[in-house]
Amino acid sequence: MTTDTTFSRERIFEILSEVPDPEVPVISVVELGIVRDASQRADGTVEITITPTYSGCPAMFEIERDIRTALEQAGAPAIEVKTKLSPAWTTDWIPEEAREKLRRYGIAPPGKADTGGLVTLVRAKPPVQCPWCGSTNTTLKSEFGSTACKAIHVCNTCRQPFDEFKAF
Amino acid sequence: MAKPREQEEEGGIAAGEAEKGTVNVAGPRQLPLGEPIVEYLLRLGDDRLLLGHRMSEWTGHGPILEEDIATANIALDLIGQAAQFLRLAGELEGQGRDEDALAYWRDGTKFRNCLLVELPKGDFGDTMVRQFLFDAYSVLLLEALATSGHEGLAAIAAKALKEDKYHLRHSSEWVVRLGDGTDESHARVQASLDRLWRYTGELFLRDEVDEAVAALGVAVDHGALKSRWDALVDDVLKRATLTRPADLPWQQGGRRGRHTEHIGHLLATMQSVARAHPGATW
Repeated sequence: MTTDTTFSRERIFEILSEVPDPEVPVISVVELGIVRDASQRADGTVEITITPTYSGCPAMFEIERDIRTALEQAGAPAIEVKTKLSPAWTTDWIPEEAREKLRRYGIAPPGKADTGGLVTLVRAKPPVQCPWCGSTNTTLKSEFGSTACKAIHVCNTCRQPFDEFKAF
Repeated sequence: MAKPREQEEEGGIAAGEAEKGTVNVAGPRQLPLGEPIVEYLLRLGDDRLLLGHRMSEWTGHGPILEEDIATANIALDLIGQAAQFLRLAGELEGQGRDEDALAYWRDGTKFRNCLLVELPKGDFGDTMVRQFLFDAYSVLLLEALATSGHEGLAAIAAKALKEDKYHLRHSSEWVVRLGDGTDESHARVQASLDRLWRYTGELFLRDEVDEAVAALGVAVDHGALKSRWDALVDDVLKRATLTRPADLPWQQGGRRGRHTEHIGHLLATMQSVARAHPGATW
């Protein structure tokens, strides 16, 4: 058996579409918007460009390792993972299908990222829809959840607590 | 009393440096400064590293579960931002030091953070007032830096800005909640504000490092920054029914390595594992 060592951009993205986000395993690192670019250099090295989610996200090391493992298993002769900070990662990069996956998993998908003014003391944000029952009669319990990317809400209709993927 | 070892080894607060200093910002005793852009990045990184460490002291000790999680999250963001700024500082310094070397193997006089962030965390009110005063400054500063002419610095600032806006909302909500809360919570956060206020002047100092990086395209208008900070802080204090303290003689010196006694205790904790097991990985 010979291993295919040609890696087109499409093929790389296809491989990485199978790499789950370690903290939200229902979506892939591609759907999360972390993988910004991919190509193969003339010497055969597969070059991946990723953008970190949060500055201190501890999962970034794991994500890089998972990306390497997936490409190695696919037969990549050499791999280089580069980090690109600009433009900064935003949840607006998460596509609609992935948002539906989040909802089915019990995580309210992110709304439109807030790019407005500085002080948002008075909240204009509409309530977040419960991923379980669809009610909008929900209460924000904490801006900060089990991971950097989530906030905690509770549904007043079905009485279920749920995570929201923060619009960021 | 024996001279502290740190000063002997690091050439710390050496009397001879006083004559060499050009601008007398931090007081009569000057510490030697390095390359301006490196100094500037250390200031940005060290502010966030030390504040992040102070915030992390709440992990497992938060007053309620949600705040335990919130403080841990904020600490993580700040330490992550610090790692980015320090990594870039190390790269530009060109002496082979990465963010870990800079965080764990510098002694107190080599840190460039403002004094505000190294103070003990105090009670929850002290922590939130300090966080609010810093967040308000940080958001406005990062906003300016995100459009600066230094590409690497601007990219880190743009990312950190998004996180700090989130922090600012959290800390300002707590200042309002505690200030406009019970008689006791009001009295206690007013006392926190009165204690911490004297450390805020240092945030807006301008010295030769700022002048030098302005030439590299990192020009922050300190006057505009201060007036926007004043407006933002005044708005929140008004909602919180708190009284803005009078501008006291400012406590300063951290930007040039002259710190309070608290930094030694903080570093002893933060650096102990790295120094006990050099090069350890897991």
